[in-house]
Amino acid sequence: MRRAAVLGTGQTQHQTRRTDVSMAGLCREAIDRALADAGVDWPQIDAVVLGKAPDLFEGVMMPELFLADALGAAGRPLLRVHTAGSVGGATGVVATSLVRAGIHHRVLAVAFEKQSESNAMWALSIQPPFTAPIGAGAGGYFAPHVRAYIRRSNAPEHVGAMVAVKDRRNGALNPYAHLRQPEITLNSVQASPMLWDPIRYDETCPSSDGACAMVIGDQAAAEASERPVAWIRATAMRTEPTYFAGKDHVNPRAGAEAAQALWQAAGITDPLTEVDVAEIYVPFSWFEPMWLENLGFAEAGHGWKLTESGETQIGGRLPVNPSGGVLCSNPIGASGMLRFAEAARQVMGRAGEHQVAGAKTALGHAYGGGSQFFSMWVVGDTPGR
Amino acid sequence: MDTASAPPLAAPLDIAFDYTRSLGPVLGRFMTGLRDRRVLGARTADGRVHVPPLEYDPATHAPVTELVPVPPTGTVTSWTWTDRPLDGQPLERPFGWALIRLDGADTALLHAVDAGTRESMRTGMRVRIRWAAERSGHIRDIACFEPDAGPPHPPDDSTSGDPGTSSGAGANGELVTGITTPIRLSYTHTTSAEESRYLHALSEGRLLGQRCPACRKVYVPPRVCPADGVPTEEEVPVRDHGTVTTFCVVNVPFAGQRLDPPYVVAQVLLDGADIPIPHLILGEAGDVRMGMRVAAVWRDPATWSTTPENIAHFRPTGEPDAPYESYQEHL
Amino acid sequence: MNPAVAVIGFAQAPCRPSAGTTSGVETLVPLFHQALSAAHLDRREVDFWCSGSSDYLAGRAFSFVNAIDAIGAYPPICESHVEMDAAWAFYEAYVKILAGEAETALVYGFGKSSAGLLRRVLTLQLDPYVAAPLWPDSVSVAALQARLAIDAGLVTEQAMADVAARSRADASTNPYAQVSGQFTVDDLVATPYVADPLRAHDCAPVSDGAAALVLAAGERARRHRKRPAWISGVAHRVDPQGLGERDLTTVPSATAAAEAVALPADLDVAELHAPFTHQELLLRTALGLGDEVRINPSGGALCGNPMFSAGLARIGAAAEQVMSGQARRAAGHATSGPALQQNLICLLEARS
Repeated sequence: MRRAAVLGTGQTQHQTRRTDVSMAGLCREAIDRALADAGVDWPQIDAVVLGKAPDLFEGVMMPELFLADALGAAGRPLLRVHTAGSVGGATGVVATSLVRAGIHHRVLAVAFEKQSESNAMWALSIQPPFTAPIGAGAGGYFAPHVRAYIRRSNAPEHVGAMVAVKDRRNGALNPYAHLRQPEITLNSVQASPMLWDPIRYDETCPSSDGACAMVIGDQAAAEASERPVAWIRATAMRTEPTYFAGKDHVNPRAGAEAAQALWQAAGITDPLTEVDVAEIYVPFSWFEPMWLENLGFAEAGHGWKLTESGETQIGGRLPVNPSGGVLCSNPIGASGMLRFAEAARQVMGRAGEHQVAGAKTALGHAYGGGSQFFSMWVVGDTPGR
Repeated sequence: MDTASAPPLAAPLDIAFDYTRSLGPVLGRFMTGLRDRRVLGARTADGRVHVPPLEYDPATHAPVTELVPVPPTGTVTSWTWTDRPLDGQPLERPFGWALIRLDGADTALLHAVDAGTRESMRTGMRVRIRWAAERSGHIRDIACFEPDAGPPHPPDDSTSGDPGTSSGAGANGELVTGITTPIRLSYTHTTSAEESRYLHALSEGRLLGQRCPACRKVYVPPRVCPADGVPTEEEVPVRDHGTVTTFCVVNVPFAGQRLDPPYVVAQVLLDGADIPIPHLILGEAGDVRMGMRVAAVWRDPATWSTTPENIAHFRPTGEPDAPYESYQEHL
Repeated sequence: MNPAVAVIGFAQAPCRPSAGTTSGVETLVPLFHQALSAAHLDRREVDFWCSGSSDYLAGRAFSFVNAIDAIGAYPPICESHVEMDAAWAFYEAYVKILAGEAETALVYGFGKSSAGLLRRVLTLQLDPYVAAPLWPDSVSVAALQARLAIDAGLVTEQAMADVAARSRADASTNPYAQVSGQFTVDDLVATPYVADPLRAHDCAPVSDGAAALVLAAGERARRHRKRPAWISGVAHRVDPQGLGERDLTTVPSATAAAEAVALPADLDVAELHAPFTHQELLLRTALGLGDEVRINPSGGALCGNPMFSAGLARIGAAAEQVMSGQARRAAGHATSGPALQQNLICLLEARS
């Protein structure tokens, strides 16, 4: 299979309302930084892939159409990916396939969400006729599954709060993060309001405006790069239905099978030992231990022990979300690509203050829908096998 | 009633939201100009003037920084006619849509022309802006265009606008940074035949499940089995009693919410079904627990219709809790 | 070296003014069976699934998620989705196979165009700052393009009516068509304008429908289908949207895509996705199609235009021409966005 690599990444300042920019301006803030980081200029871009979550968030049907010019896509191929919350990751995977198929030398992948144009909770709460008015909100969908995880694993109650403390403190090291809370403590998290019992306020992701972009190149482009690149060792995507009889909402088979395929393709037999850093899609704190198990970093029921023992902090055995993750910045459509891009930044040695020393192999992970769409990749500082 | 042959149900689904759009530097100055009855075009590196403005130069990809005033008069480059205006369009009487190249601009703007009759419209016709009486910095500050008999106006003409400078903020106040755009759409939502039968049964106070012919699991409501991709067929009555598999206490208010928090949303595995349904458990929120036995509380039968809302909520039955093993496959 | 890729199965739902559920699931289940049996493939042998649809057609966020139920996606599958016509999902699947990441793929598109007022829903594709707040509808936008083409002397109302008459006559033998019949140009141009210069026959009907298509690589294609429709090239491009910014009488993105696949002028058949009569005429010029090329033997989108699957259906119809032996070389085209903003071309051929 042909090789592909991340040549450069860029992201916006993420915040609740980016009232200083239009949608085009938001995207271009990330794109211009990615091009500069990659040392690539517009004429070298062969195609653009844009990812974004539901169009109802911005009230524009297929916004890539009106944005085509500003995205530099005019006259080029333009694809629009939408795989729910996993879309940022899926966009990276599609861009990688375009390079691996030998069609393009350099592809620009972009993902954005301008949540402040509307209200995501409104858009997600539109109730079709003939359904029961059981509005629970985004957290209300996942909270029962978190409760099921706690019951199943007998995890101590403070593990969720520990994740929140770690991620928010990590976010304080990341100048792009929406929430930067160096002073947060276990006590302050546990004192925050219980929103969707068992999920507390400080254990939930914010609602952010933001964008992320990556330039993905072929082997020649990567070897021509003057700066280190992140070689894409493997990608994987898996899907299962939202609901079906016997669905495991805590440890979904689609996520586990995607991970198995990913590790196999990357030649990794012991992920906990061989992966140096992981950027995992954790919108609610408890999803860190849940996904550690789903991804195969820990046996089922034991993921919380990695978190509790501090192994997922920077400096631990497997630093998870050194950027602060989704708990610090959540421009929904871009959140998955941020995970992929942050993984790339780590192995390129360009993660700044939240750099994990000596990171050579990193995981980027995203999921969406009712824990049913999974996309992930492994990047490394060398091409691998 | 023979529910098996009833046609699929359909009902309206209306969505409405007032979107708030931030504009950025170029569109912000453009909208500010409109508020002040001035039109600004974007000048790109090749010297062309774009109205409406572009935020980025298509050739160089650089951000556009130079905005120049153009007069409120122009020429129709293309047009069509609307006999029956749709919701939200600029005029409520028949009007023309047109692409209008303002004098001094190199590109055309899409807007409405209040021409009275179709026969008055033609390519090449001269038009001028009719400003809205109330302006906020919005494309609708241009109420529409109207036929104009006069000659082309030079770019600095100010006869139909306030005198102003070519900078972004005019004399009338702050720079416009955002606009509000209401979007209201009406849809008809249509159910499947299986779902319709389920809803008809609900209108009679019955809960109907269907068994998947492949995996033999019972689905409530009936649907195409998501695991096997085949329609469920065999109808199976399901009891309105069940077990809470898991739940959450909603303490937070949010947009689109129908109930005042706090309330409990639980996954309820109905007796005889193989997949839980989400529903409300009313009573003491603190008492709800995994494994709790609950029963549906139906509304007054006189109000029943083809809707799951016939069940108001679930209530604890006081039976002993179901053992974890009995529902752990459904988490 | 990339594998050869071919279309080995296609199925579509009949185009109807109102049919099926908002979710599309019940329409898709039988469609998958038809497409897969045409390809002699079991659903568990599909390596990659990819779909195209739009949330704004259904009026709700994540509307495509429900459609996954039609697949029977457990055990889990490899799957992706584009918020575009499924012709671009086809492209994504084609790329996956080229990259060696899949050997077989099923692509589908669906949508209930009739759920809302389609021409007003499509307003939301326009620039949200300076165009959409005025609510210009999609038929009026197409009319502005048609007027420019007429003023430029590129098309006439008679030539447009001729396209409609030919399409409707061809659709008479297409059981999936929504509109068909024998009409004379004189009769058609005597009808009133819908949006001057467009008359009813110049505009595609509002259609509910869906389509599914099966792809396979090299040896797999040969094993499963006697006469696969081999893909010699797929390319797509997008133009800037600005309706007063670009020259609406030309279609640079279609021309560039045609050049990228080296589209020959002497194809046997071209299935063009032209929802308006003048757009077919503009596309023929943009694509450089000679007069001898048979255009839209299916009747085309003018006789049935299920949003988000109509483009895929053009590729499917072109592939059917090759798979049935009626054509040696055929092209399928898809468009997206206002006034032919985005265009895709797929060149298919028989190989012995």
